[in-house]
Amino acid sequence: MINKKDWSEMINPTVRDIPPSGIRRFFDMVTEIKGVISLGVGEPDFVTPWHIREGCIYSLEKGYTMYTSNQGLLELREAIARDLDVTYGVTYDARRELLITVGVSEALDLAMRALICPGDEVLIPEPSYVSYAPCTMMAGGVPVHIATTVEDSFRLTADRVEAAITPRTKILLLCYPNNPTGAVMTRRDLLAIAEVARKHNLIVISDEIYDKLTYAGEHTCMSSLPGMQDRTILLNGFSKAYAMTGWRVGYAAGNADFIAAMTKIHQYTMLCAPITAQMAALEALRNGREGMKRMVQQYNRRRHLVMQSFRDMGLPCFEPGGAFYAFPEISATGLSSDEFAERLLMEEKVALVPGSAFGPSGEGFVRCSYAASEDDLTEAFRRMDRFVKRYGVKVKTVVNL
Amino acid sequence: MKEILELMELNAKITEQEIAIMLDMEVEEVRKIIKEMEDSKIILRYITLVNWEKVGEEKVSAFIEVRTTPQRDVGFDSVAERIYRFPEVRSARLMSGTYDLAVFIEGRTMREVSNFVATKLATIEGVVSTTTHFVLKTYKQDGVIIEDDEEDRRLVISP
Ligand SMILES: Cc1ncc(COP(=O)(O)O)c(C=O)c1O
Repeated sequence: MINKKDWSEMINPTVRDIPPSGIRRFFDMVTEIKGVISLGVGEPDFVTPWHIREGCIYSLEKGYTMYTSNQGLLELREAIARDLDVTYGVTYDARRELLITVGVSEALDLAMRALICPGDEVLIPEPSYVSYAPCTMMAGGVPVHIATTVEDSFRLTADRVEAAITPRTKILLLCYPNNPTGAVMTRRDLLAIAEVARKHNLIVISDEIYDKLTYAGEHTCMSSLPGMQDRTILLNGFSKAYAMTGWRVGYAAGNADFIAAMTKIHQYTMLCAPITAQMAALEALRNGREGMKRMVQQYNRRRHLVMQSFRDMGLPCFEPGGAFYAFPEISATGLSSDEFAERLLMEEKVALVPGSAFGPSGEGFVRCSYAASEDDLTEAFRRMDRFVKRYGVKVKTVVNL
Repeated sequence: MKEILELMELNAKITEQEIAIMLDMEVEEVRKIIKEMEDSKIILRYITLVNWEKVGEEKVSAFIEVRTTPQRDVGFDSVAERIYRFPEVRSARLMSGTYDLAVFIEGRTMREVSNFVATKLATIEGVVSTTTHFVLKTYKQDGVIIEDDEEDRRLVISP
């Protein structure tokens, strides 16, 4: 018998050793089952607004099917610069300080590869979006997780950042409003973090893809804080706010040196973001504001619905101020978050993502996306209510103060 | 108040409870506001948008351009009233442009509708002429796409 060659030996150990995503495993399980209501989806349930789709069709009819400049359509960069200026009062030079990418995903990868030297440490607040640690490792860096807790409403505090800093710390990665917790940071919270970043000469990569989906207070853009614009790489895109996940378009904004370095990688690996997506993004910025606001308003209404449902079923859940996720605590059921998600799926056909998929500090929680129709939410919560009752969760009497 | 109306305009069956939760209000308050809006005829009626074709019900509708001679003091109102009082008339609007009233008629057969136009509508005093357009197919009505095939195509789980 000839032994089958183990090709995995030839795979770069860094890549080989990255553990499979917890989300992936759960995904395979969910797809096996029929009639599932999924609250495990990390993208809007809205289809891209028609005027954006129509704008893209028009651009195709006009023959916009070619490469764009490496940095992306200048018109789009200018529109983004204007939007950032109007919204946050931060000014970026569209020619030198902005880069259009294939989603925030690519922008994140570029930023990591452009900045990280082997062994550099990247601080990642946890629970965290699943790509951050792998992207860090693939760029040769070392992810250092900073646990955030429900007691702090999953906000990052300056002392926790301080405590994690070593001589090798180079980057602080922020994501607020947060996936998976829905946590937001106030201006004051961010000012404290910014001070630490300046003191220790850290670069901040700020993934603000959920900025428009802020319900409690106003979003503060990291670059808008005093002394932070140059040391921040701001990442944002169109996926969430404009319901454009499949288009694959986003951007990075930062100082000209960083953007030039990121563009260097981008030009040899990606060349440019797809022109159809760039045209659509331009239409979104030009005429999409009202439609975007309507979607945000709907998320906010569902957010209230979700909070009330968790209160009613007796699962504690801190109030998420942004994104479209709630992150309830499920330990009262006596189950781990993996068990909870798995049994809820098997017994009641409702899919959620176990909190542990976002790192050890997500254990004891599940991520519940409310980017779903109100009918689906209502039915899913009816089933979930039945489920947690079976596992002995009692509704505490709520004292209204 | 406007937000309550927005929710109810999309779904008349939404409960006061649900509205209160979604808008972060007290149920009592929502109930009171709705009652006030009903009393003051801001909310006129709760109706159901039906796709009658699916029931196998034959219906014919027509859109009729009506030209009229406006009358002293009342303008178009009195002739409009004589038209919209007929139950066959589903909607009637005063228009700018080349004709005056846009009237939607619904009937069981084409003959019934034409008959109505010829004997009832066209003979009203003040009606100068009518132009009848029969509806062949309805694609969208009251903001609802009739045959919407945009289902949820997202992956069931994503990061
Ligand atoms: C925090 C966060 N960053 C980035 C992304 C990916 O965004 P894009 O579609 O722009 O690549 C997501 C998508 O789920 C996200 O949640």
